[in-house]
Amino acid sequence: MKILVCVSKTPDTTAKIAFNGAGTELDANGVQFIMNPYDEWYALVRAIELQEAFGGTVTLLNVGTEANDTIIRKGLAIGATDAIRVHAEPQSALYVARQIAHIAQAEGYDLIFMGKETIDFNGAEVGAMVAELLDLPFISFASKLTMPDPQTAVVLRDIEGGAEELELSTPFVLSASKGMAEQRIPNMRGIMMAKTKPLKVAEPIPAKDLAVAAHFTLPSGKSSVKLIDPEHMEELVRLLHEEAKVI
Amino acid sequence: MEPFDPQVAVVAVAEAVKAQSAQVVILSQSANGRALLGRLAARLDAGSVSGVNALPAVASGFQAAKPVFGGKAQAIYTLTSPIKVLSLAGNTLQPEQTGAEAPVEALSIALPASRIQVRSVSKVEGTVPLPEAEVVVSGGRGLKGPEHWGILEELAEALGATTACSRPVADAGWRPHHEHVGQTGIAIRPNLYIAAGISGAIQHLAGVNSSKTIVVINKDPEAPFFKAADYGVVGDLFEVLPRLTAAVKKYKENRG
Repeated sequence: MKILVCVSKTPDTTAKIAFNGAGTELDANGVQFIMNPYDEWYALVRAIELQEAFGGTVTLLNVGTEANDTIIRKGLAIGATDAIRVHAEPQSALYVARQIAHIAQAEGYDLIFMGKETIDFNGAEVGAMVAELLDLPFISFASKLTMPDPQTAVVLRDIEGGAEELELSTPFVLSASKGMAEQRIPNMRGIMMAKTKPLKVAEPIPAKDLAVAAHFTLPSGKSSVKLIDPEHMEELVRLLHEEAKVI
Repeated sequence: MEPFDPQVAVVAVAEAVKAQSAQVVILSQSANGRALLGRLAARLDAGSVSGVNALPAVASGFQAAKPVFGGKAQAIYTLTSPIKVLSLAGNTLQPEQTGAEAPVEALSIALPASRIQVRSVSKVEGTVPLPEAEVVVSGGRGLKGPEHWGILEELAEALGATTACSRPVADAGWRPHHEHVGQTGIAIRPNLYIAAGISGAIQHLAGVNSSKTIVVINKDPEAPFFKAADYGVVGDLFEVLPRLTAAVKKYKENRG
């Protein structure tokens, strides 16, 4: 089984988000960057489990500069077979999707996995784009995947207020949400082995950026909280009605 | 077309876009809407933004805003393609009735067969799904166990609200995963968010801080959530919640 896992680099979930003076880019000072948790904990680990069960390979794919090699090496330490980095500074989802689709077209993977969204831009767009560019089915927000045989998949997919169970044949694209797998911590052997695993750098294909996050703002802080006496909840109801006008 | 498969739907929508020479396509920010968004953008070579939470600006170029970094910030996207595809977050715009008639035109489009078979769908019936809910009542570890959820559900019922929970509660299996709101769960923006027994970790705040009004009930006056709240009640939720439920019921009765 040949599996491709697409991974992104994102700020850590606890990072304090700030921007440069012009508000055009993230102020990376003091920000720790990690592999997007949905890519790592769920998509990558499930891919490795499938490879352990059925054999084959798990290839990591990242679109980014050499600064991303740290997270790629971590993915290799967790257990991926090899990695490809498309050398570019991506500005938009469609740009990234076109790079992924180009690589996938040439290699012919049975499964293409990624996290349900990145925790920085929260787009959840790239998976659907890759699937469309390759004319493959796409299962988004998958929380469980079982494969009775290497060609057949049964997937549980999160939908609003519930879940649906789907069946389909490989090849397909899947984005993983919580529940798909349990996080794996790389062990010393994995870390040592990762240093010698192949990391191929590929040149990007030309693609346009049609939607670019050009400006950022931080939410204006709330004016200070109004405290209500816990004995007088009718006062809270009155304020919610008369002042906040939400009930 | 039932069940919905974005791979099939994209063919129909793309044809409709071409037939109408549409310049902007707006989808809902649902699981299916988001899957369709990416497909359409790739098929039409269109710029796309998912989760737009304000009316796009067109004064200088086409700009669409959305929350990013799990709600910690807002990004303004510039779209430069002839066709733009957007998905719109719930509660972004209030509907206005103009009385105008929108003509419905039938298009005949040959669709491919779906390659996905739907085996079953399990959905909680009778409540408004969280992303669309206008009022949300949410519980955290302060409720001390799943057996205490009754007092929260009573308040939700009195308010016509949907219930939600924090990550530790979903992780502990007290409540189903689809109720988990926050950075790694669902991001919501109801008109009113009432949080009981949730301390307000940065990851939780990220998923709820776009709510219009936030009420925090916590016995710990130092809980970080109070800093993000509009109204705070420092007290024992086991006493405060039933009192609030009674006050809501009384208010609703008086209004007839």
